[in-house]
Amino acid sequence: MIGLDHYLVLGSVLFAISVLGIFLNRKNIIVLLMAIELMLLAVNINFIAFSHFLDDLAGQIFVFFILTVAAAESAIGLAILVVLFRARRSINVEDLDSLKG
Amino acid sequence: MEFSAVVFYFFAAILLLAGVRVITARNPVHAALALVLAFFTAAGLWLLLEAEFLAITLVLVYVGAVMVLFLFVVMMLDINIEQIRQHFWDYLPIAALVAGLMVVQMILVLGGETFGLTAPEPKAADYSNTKALGRVLYTDYVYPFELAAVILLVAIVAAIALTLRRRQGLKWVDPAQQVKVKREGRIRMVNLKPQKPESKSEEGSE
Repeated sequence: MIGLDHYLVLGSVLFAISVLGIFLNRKNIIVLLMAIELMLLAVNINFIAFSHFLDDLAGQIFVFFILTVAAAESAIGLAILVVLFRARRSINVEDLDSLKG
Repeated sequence: MEFSAVVFYFFAAILLLAGVRVITARNPVHAALALVLAFFTAAGLWLLLEAEFLAITLVLVYVGAVMVLFLFVVMMLDINIEQIRQHFWDYLPIAALVAGLMVVQMILVLGGETFGLTAPEPKAADYSNTKALGRVLYTDYVYPFELAAVILLVAIVAAIALTLRRRQGLKWVDPAQQVKVKREGRIRMVNLKPQKPESKSEEGSE
């Protein structure tokens, strides 16, 4: 029987994978954004699992808002990325040192 | 093993493999496609948790809109993969340590026990998740709902304002100027004396 703990462990492993991804892809902003999306997905799985097992719709409402904000966030993030690429011709994090004194 | 358990383990395995592909794929397009697979599989798991509306929303909004946006941007940018992949695995030991510790900690806290919760009875066949969600969303959560709409509007305006590029020497129309036009600026009344047309015989001879 699949219980709440299965979903929570799945969510935490997915979260750890995306943390690993942020470490490994530290130079590539676009994969960093994807790792953040994966992180939000892991959190959403937890919300949905609790919502199901508590029989309470508030968790699903919360996921609804997280989806909204995440979509807005990725749209603005990608827009910034495009502007950045136009200015620097690169999305390598190491090239983005113009704030360095 | 019952059927739902088989489905859960199948989807969970695919989800984790897709997650690993997202972070290790050499080509960012492959990473984006693996992320599409991850979202799709997660939608399947949400269906298993009786969150039908959000499962469909995840596929429509994420796979349909956000990931297409990601793919557009990835294909628009000219990424130097070789340069970005240098020293890719350098931080693997410390990263694996941090990630592994996180998993162990979260399993110690969350795993094994179920917070005294057991799976509720499956809903009746005529139960509508969308209807129930809408009933709560438009009553108790109507204020956050409108705030979410404002956030989306701000995101649209911000994304367009950031990426809009004015090219030099481009001819374009300013709608404000168009609206401000007055009759006097366009029409000049001229008082013309009535004139006789030229005689027809000259036209006919040509």
